Amino acid sequence: MKLDLTRNETLVAGVILAFCAIAAVVDPGFLSMPTLTDLLRGGIVLGIFAVGAMLVLVSGGIDVSFTAVAAFAMYTTTLLLVNWAPGLPWWAAFLVAMAIGALLGAFNGLFIAGFGLPTLIVTLGTLSIFRGFLLTFVGSKLISNLPPGMRDFSRLMMVRGTNADGSFYSLPWAFAFLVGVVVVTWTILYRTMLGRAIFAMGGSMESARRIGIPVRATQFFVYVYVGTMAGLAGIIHASMARVANPFDLVGLELSVIAAVVLGGARLAGGYGTLTGTLLGVALIVLVRNSLIVLGIPSTWQSVAIGILILIGTGLPAWQAKRAAARAA
Amino acid sequence: MTAADEPLIVMRGVTKTYAGIRALDGVGFAIREGEAVSLAGENGSGKSTLIKILAGAEEPDEASITVAGESFARLTPRQSAGAGIMVIFQDFSLFPNLSVAENIGFSAELHAGHRLVDRGRVRALAARTLERVGVDIPLDARVETLSVAHKQLVAICRALASDARLIIMDEPTTALTEREVRVLLGIIRRLKADGVAVLFVSHKLAEVLEVCEHVVVLRNGRKVAEGPAGEFDAASLARHMTGRDVAEALPSPLADGAPRLLEVRGLSKAGAFADIGFELHAGEVLGIAGLLGSGRTPLAKALFGLVAPDAGRVTLDGREVPLGDPLAAAAAGIGYVPEDRLTEGLFLTQSILRNVGIGRLEAHAQGPLLDVAGLWREAEEWLRRLAVKAPDPAAPVRSLSGGNQQRVVLARWLARGPRMLLLNGPTVGVDVGSKAEIHGIIRDLAGRGLGVVVISDDLPELLATCHRILVMKEGRITDDLPGTATSEADLAHRLAS
Repeated sequence: MKLDLTRNETLVAGVILAFCAIAAVVDPGFLSMPTLTDLLRGGIVLGIFAVGAMLVLVSGGIDVSFTAVAAFAMYTTTLLLVNWAPGLPWWAAFLVAMAIGALLGAFNGLFIAGFGLPTLIVTLGTLSIFRGFLLTFVGSKLISNLPPGMRDFSRLMMVRGTNADGSFYSLPWAFAFLVGVVVVTWTILYRTMLGRAIFAMGGSMESARRIGIPVRATQFFVYVYVGTMAGLAGIIHASMARVANPFDLVGLELSVIAAVVLGGARLAGGYGTLTGTLLGVALIVLVRNSLIVLGIPSTWQSVAIGILILIGTGLPAWQAKRAAARAA
Repeated sequence: MTAADEPLIVMRGVTKTYAGIRALDGVGFAIREGEAVSLAGENGSGKSTLIKILAGAEEPDEASITVAGESFARLTPRQSAGAGIMVIFQDFSLFPNLSVAENIGFSAELHAGHRLVDRGRVRALAARTLERVGVDIPLDARVETLSVAHKQLVAICRALASDARLIIMDEPTTALTEREVRVLLGIIRRLKADGVAVLFVSHKLAEVLEVCEHVVVLRNGRKVAEGPAGEFDAASLARHMTGRDVAEALPSPLADGAPRLLEVRGLSKAGAFADIGFELHAGEVLGIAGLLGSGRTPLAKALFGLVAPDAGRVTLDGREVPLGDPLAAAAAGIGYVPEDRLTEGLFLTQSILRNVGIGRLEAHAQGPLLDVAGLWREAEEWLRRLAVKAPDPAAPVRSLSGGNQQRVVLARWLARGPRMLLLNGPTVGVDVGSKAEIHGIIRDLAGRGLGVVVISDDLPELLATCHRILVMKEGRITDDLPGTATSEADLAHRLAS
């Protein structure tokens, strides 16, 4: 395949490789299984969020409420289990969390698809509502004694091993959920008319309406889907952290959207790939996990991520503009 | 009864009222298979409403519509699409982010009720349809990378791929060059031979007469004329559309010894135009005729400083005009009305008054403040002098018709008291009646001693307004003709040869 420098994917992949090369020079222990498993583990929740966020961007909208949905679903599910059904297996807990996520997503969908309100405004509003409702009516106390089902899940490991120096590394089965989400989302986006309709709506909402795409139903599906993904990400987050903290997750939404945009999705809608999204997430996790290795204080993280966003999205945009100017 | 003697679509007594105003009043006509019908009319004549009713987007108050023998009192969008009525909107309604193949196949797949994507099937359908139309566009190209003409072809192919029996084209030629129009007309002939009916909505009269068998003229919501295309000519069509004779007056002869206003010498820009030299006298209307790509637009932009030429000089009233600097050109007394007023000439969402006043902010400055009342007074005065038909000058300029929008652009420049105007395609997208009125404005301005340069590929327009016509080809001026002694055929020949 031809190397296309105007694509975000190429650029992000290049930056990841360069970053790894520098880190490997500074710390010879960088290129090892623990680094990889840390990276993959760190990408699970962020990755599931990002796939959902990408779907919304492709459809021509934006959702900033998914972290609040995740926190709500995660905390409410844990509380339900702790108080009423401590014996439920982990998969039942996951289904409950996803159902709560879907319900909250449907709430977004009702305002966006039903009343035709702007997506950013609706989700900014619901972000605040979901979070406030959770902390006021559901609870604001940390639950550190998780129900046994969720604890069991956190112990399920796909890969487990010991390093030469005796330290352990492991990759939890939760990672398989990220893989599953990617596969399902890919199938929807590229193999069903529903997915093509999502792309089409992002390209031109008016055209989509004119050729008879059920725009409202499709939009409603998008927000329910993102809510479901957020519920899943939330419960996985709590299980892996072995604590349900209602103050968690909210605040992450802009980093997630940044990762998606870094991977080439356009805020104006219609464009975005799963490869790009996953690369964007990988880069952000890498920067978070590894700046310390390079001897850079962790407070520089947000500066580094900000610079990456500016360069990563600015460069292709600038190149496209120059190409357009040359063509004119 | 066979398909041959029964029309594909018969409309009778179509009536539609908006807020008490009759947009359509008992309009009826028929379209046969493989026939091209032209629906002519000015803005506000009811053309768009009729299209919407056919597409099922508007509900008529009263109507009887028979499609292939089946009668309806109104069509829903689904019934309309199911009957094979496809509208190609002016904006084409494509998906810029999807491939050509997907754009062509999308409606067909959607209406066939497929839930899963079969790329092979879509590509085969797209390839077949492109072949049917006889054009070659790469199936995998993203539609956003295509030219306007190709986008239009993709839109036509999409309609065909959904088994279109009647294709309605809304102003299909406005954004096309002469050559692309030829290609489109060829395709319409092919479609007709294929049994597809075409309803052609256009106010470019020559094309209408060339490709259509039948003409229907609407005015103020009523059908005012109908008949075989052979019974109409440009003048009679214009008369039916406007309800009056729009005979174009010829430009009044130029006074002898009119002072020289603009002098252009050796103006060149690599890849655009070379060694351009001409003079313009006060009170003269000079035409520059050139096809798209002849360098006419870069030249116009260069004269106004929007493009920096590589060499040459421009003097106005004997004073040198700095090149490549639009502010200096404007200050020197040059006004420029761009080709695309929607993107380059107007602040579409801003009010009509603001669009006129913007050019006069400095003149109404009182220290650091702005004499707003004076600014508005002056803008209103110019709107009145140019007879802009606007119920409310505070309404966004977008709400005006093409002809009135163009007057707003003119008003903005005239308020500055320029020495000369550069008009690039002054009547693109303007209907016949307004067109003649804008030509009248041009003649009037010249009569008051203004120098005017009209750049256009609309030959009747140049002949109706210009004292002198320069022919531009491949970046050079190849002819300098007296406007009154030149025929359209001669001019067309010189442009094309």
